[in-house]
Amino acid sequence: MAKITLDKLRHSYMPDPKGPQDYAIKEINLDWQDGGAYALLGPSGCGKSTLLNIISGLLQPSEGRILFDGNDVSALPPDRRNIAQVFQFPVIYDTMTVYDNLAFPLRNRGVDEAKVTARVTEIAEMLEVTEMLRVRAANLSPDNKQKISMGRGLVRDDVNVIMFDEPLTVIDPHLKWKLRSKLKELHQKVGVTMIYVTHDQTEALTFADQVVVMQDGEVVQIGTPVDLFERPAHTFVGHFIGSPGMNVLPAEVKDGAAFFSGQRIALEGAIIPGAGLHQIGVRPEFVSLAATGVPATVRKIMDLGRHAVVEALAGETRINAIVEGTLPGPGEAVHLSFRPDQTRLYRDGWIASEKERAA
Amino acid sequence: MRKVNQKGWLFVLPVLLLVAFNALVPMMTVVNYSVQETFGNNQFFWHGLGWFEQILRSERFHAALGRQFLFTAMILAIEVLLGVIIALSMPRKGFWVPFCLVTMALPMLIPWNVVGAMWNIFTLPDIGLLGYVMNHTLGIPYNMTQDPLAAWITVIVMDVWHWTSLVVLLCYAGLVSIPDAYYQAAKIDGASNWSVFRFIQLPKMKQVLTIAVLLRFMDSFNIYTEPFVLTGGGPGNSTTLLSIDLVKIALGQFDLGPAAAMSLIYFAITLFVSWLFYTLMTRHDVK
Amino acid sequence: MALELRAITKRVEQVTHIKETSLLLEPGRFNVLLGETGAGKTSLIKLMAGLDRVATGQILMDGRDVTGMSPQKRNISLVHQFFVNYPHMTVFDNIASPLRVAGMAKSEIQGRVEAAADVLQLRPMLHRRPHELSGGQQQRTALARAIAKESTAVFLDEPLANLDYKLREELREQLPELFAGRGAVVVYATSEPAEALMLGGRTALMQDGRVTQFGPTAEIYRRPNTLVSARVFSDPPINSAPVTKSGDRVELGHGVGWQLTGPAAALRDGTYTVAIRPNYISPVRSEAAFVPMTGTVQITELSGSESTAHFRLGAETWVSLAPGVHRYHVGEDHEFFMDPAHCFYFAPDGALVA
Repeated sequence: MAKITLDKLRHSYMPDPKGPQDYAIKEINLDWQDGGAYALLGPSGCGKSTLLNIISGLLQPSEGRILFDGNDVSALPPDRRNIAQVFQFPVIYDTMTVYDNLAFPLRNRGVDEAKVTARVTEIAEMLEVTEMLRVRAANLSPDNKQKISMGRGLVRDDVNVIMFDEPLTVIDPHLKWKLRSKLKELHQKVGVTMIYVTHDQTEALTFADQVVVMQDGEVVQIGTPVDLFERPAHTFVGHFIGSPGMNVLPAEVKDGAAFFSGQRIALEGAIIPGAGLHQIGVRPEFVSLAATGVPATVRKIMDLGRHAVVEALAGETRINAIVEGTLPGPGEAVHLSFRPDQTRLYRDGWIASEKERAA
Repeated sequence: MRKVNQKGWLFVLPVLLLVAFNALVPMMTVVNYSVQETFGNNQFFWHGLGWFEQILRSERFHAALGRQFLFTAMILAIEVLLGVIIALSMPRKGFWVPFCLVTMALPMLIPWNVVGAMWNIFTLPDIGLLGYVMNHTLGIPYNMTQDPLAAWITVIVMDVWHWTSLVVLLCYAGLVSIPDAYYQAAKIDGASNWSVFRFIQLPKMKQVLTIAVLLRFMDSFNIYTEPFVLTGGGPGNSTTLLSIDLVKIALGQFDLGPAAAMSLIYFAITLFVSWLFYTLMTRHDVK
Repeated sequence: MALELRAITKRVEQVTHIKETSLLLEPGRFNVLLGETGAGKTSLIKLMAGLDRVATGQILMDGRDVTGMSPQKRNISLVHQFFVNYPHMTVFDNIASPLRVAGMAKSEIQGRVEAAADVLQLRPMLHRRPHELSGGQQQRTALARAIAKESTAVFLDEPLANLDYKLREELREQLPELFAGRGAVVVYATSEPAEALMLGGRTALMQDGRVTQFGPTAEIYRRPNTLVSARVFSDPPINSAPVTKSGDRVELGHGVGWQLTGPAAALRDGTYTVAIRPNYISPVRSEAAFVPMTGTVQITELSGSESTAHFRLGAETWVSLAPGVHRYHVGEDHEFFMDPAHCFYFAPDGALVA
C-alpha cells in the first residue's frame, strides 16, 4: 500500500516532441492517498491508458517522476514496483486450474504453500468462486475469467496499488452492476490503493472516491462524484458526465450579467471578471418548462419511462430538459426556465462564475 | 417444403474426381498387385498374402524401417526444438519482422531435387564449400560418400536446413496471436521467463505444434528425393530409407508384387503413427 | 414494405433456439429486440436475414414469401457489434461495395455514397482505410453502407456495444433520424433497457428464445404483461416480492403494508407477486412515495445524475434509484419510501392482474 505521487509527468510517443500537440500526456501533477479508490475517466484517446501504463511501469515517461510513498520508482520495471493490474480482456493461464491461477503470483514470489492456500481460499471466498477452484480456468465464462484476473491482483497482500484498465468491457450488461459493486466492496474490505480507468461515467462515479477527468492528455477536473456532477469546472466535464450532458449555450456578458439570445439569465453568483468566449452551462435536470423564460420550440421527445428528455430549439441552440409528468408535443412553443443556483458561466471552457455563499 | 440447396456438390465434384484419379484408382491397382505374382507380359497369378508375409519377415525391410524411424525421430526432435527456439527469438514487431520471415521461408521455396543436388555439391570433398573447408581448412576428414556416419549427419542437417522454417513459421504464427496483455500480466505477476514459456507461449503454440509435428512426421517418413539425390541411399545401404528401398524393389528389380505389398504396409504404418500422434496431442483438449 | 414472421421456430439438433414466434415489423420506426445475452436476439436476426434456416414457419417481406431465399436476394443490410469493414478498401469503396456488386452505374454509386457519407459525417474520411479510423468512424462506415444500399430491411445487432459511452449516446440519438423516411424496416437488437427507451419505436422483449411482449416501447415499459417481461425491461432490476392481499390492504411482511386503490383493490384476496421499479422507491418521503420500508444498505452506486442503493429487507434485496446525489452508509439501516400507485401485481402464474 502506498501513496502515489505524479510529479511533472509528461509523455510523448514521438522521439522528438516539438509542441504540446505532440504529447499524449501533458504535464500532470497528482497526489493519491494511500488506500484511496480513484478513477481516471475520459473518452478514447484522452491519455488515460498511457497514464496507467506509466504508473505500472510498462511505459517509461518522457519527463517527470512517479513516486510511491516518496520513493522514485520511475526507472523500475513493473515486477519491481509491486503492483497489480487487471486488463480490459481477462488474462488467465488457460492450462491451470482456478486455484493455480490465483496462487501463481504468490508462488512466483516464493511464498510458502501454507500461506498460499490461506490467501487463495480467502480471496476465492471474497470473489465467490470457491466452488470453481478445481475447474480449469479455460472453461469459465468471461465474467468469471475477469473475476479470476482480479483475484490474481488481490491475492498479494503487499501490493502498492491495484490498477484496473476498463475491466468490465467484456462483461454482459446485466452482470456489470454486480461486478461493479463487487469491486467497490472489495476495495472497502482490503483497503489497497486502487486506480480504475474507464470511459463509462457510472463505473467511475460508482467506484471512486475521487475521479480524475481527462481530455486530450490533460486533467480537466479532479473531484468527488458529487463535485463533478454539481459543479463541473469545465464544459467538457459537464458534457461528459451526466446523460444527457450539460447544455452549453452561447452567451454574452454585459455589465456583470449574462445574456442568452438577448435574455438575461440568472446565474449561481457573481461573474469572475475577464474576457474570452462565454458560454452558459446548465444541466437538463435543472431546465424546466415554465410560463416565462427562454422561448423555444420542441424538436423531439424521448420518453425514457420514468421521465422524458425534451429537446427544444431556442434559435439555433439545442437545449435538453428532463421533464416528468405532462409532456408537450413536437413543434409546440414552450418557455424554458433555468434553476439559477445550478446555472453557471464558462469562459473559454473554464468556469467563470462564483458560487453564492448561503445567505 | 424445405428445399435443400444441392448446388454445393458441384463445387466439391472436381476435387472428388481428382482424388479418385490421384489416390483411389492407383491405390486399388496397388492392392491388386500386392496379392498377385507377375512375370511380365501382363500375366498375373494369385499369390494371396504371400508378399506381405515375406516383406514383414524380411531383414532388409526391418533394417530400412529402423533407419526410417531413426531418421524421423532425429529430425523431429531437432526441428521442433530448434523451430520453437528460433520462433521465440524472432522479433514480434518492427522493421526486422518481414526480413526474418522471408529469410525463414527461403529454404522451403527450393525444390526437393535441387536441395539434394545443392547439398551434394556443397559437400564434395575437393570442390564443395563444406567439403573443402572440413577437409582442407579444418583438417577434419569428411566424405559422406564413404563414411556412413558422415552421410547420416549430412542427410539430417540437410533436412533440418530445409524444413525447420516450417516449424518456425507455424510457431511464430501462434506466438504473434498472444495479446500483449498476457506478457504484461505475467511481468506483473512476477513470472519467470520459463513460466511465461510454460504457461502462456507453449499453450498458445500447442495447436500449431501438433500440426507441425504431424506434417513433419508424414513428410519425413515419406522422404525420397533429397536423400536419393544426395547419397543414393549409400554408402552401402546406410542411408537407404524405406522409400528409397521401395523404389529399388519396384523399379530397380521390377518386383511389382512385393513392392505393392510393401507400399501398403508403409502406408498403414504412416497412417497409424499419424493417428497416434494426433490422438495423443489433442487428447488433453477433449477432456 | 413490412417484414412478417409467421410462427417461425429454429432448432439445432433437437434443441429449440427460437420458440414459435410471430411478429409484424413495420417501417417508419425502430423495431427493437430487447433481451439479455443468450435470449435469442441474434438468432432471430439471422433467421430474418436468411443467414439461418427456420425449422418451421414462414417469413414474408412485403407480403412475398422469402422463407427459403438466400440473403443476397433479400436486399437487406446487417450491421454487427464488431466493426465489419473490408480492411484493404477505402471508406468510399467500403460503402460502395454492395452497389458495385449490384452492378449500379458509376455516377449513381458516386451520388449515393456521398449522400450516405454526408448523413454520417464521413465526407472528409472517404479516402481513408478502416484502420486509420476510430471505432465510432468504423461503425459509421458500416452504417453508411447499409444506408447507401437502400435495403428494404436493415438489421442492427447491438451496433453500439463496442463504442465509448458518450459516442454511443450521440449515435443512438442520431440513428432513428438517419433511418426515418427511408421506408426500410429497421430491427435493432440491444441488451440495454435504457437504449430501447431512447430509441423509442416498438420493442419486442425476448427471453429464452421467446418474444414475451411486443408493442410501442414506452407503453410496454409502463405495462408489462407478465413478470418476465417486467424483469427483461428493467435496469436496474425490478423489485419483486410475494404479498398477501386481504380486503383493501396488502402486506409484504416485516411491517410493510399499504392501502390498495384503483383496480388492485378489486382483486380477490390471496397471494400475489408485487413488482415495483427502483425509481419509485425513494430515500425521501414525498406525497406519492410514502410507504416506509427500512432495510440494510448493501451496495450503493452513483451514475452522473442518479443514486442507486441496494438494501436488504427480509429475504429480498430491494433497489432504490433516485435523482440527484444521496449518500448511504453500507451496512447501516436506511429508511426508504415506496410509491404504491406504481406497483404491478402479478398472479401466481406470472400474468399481470393489476
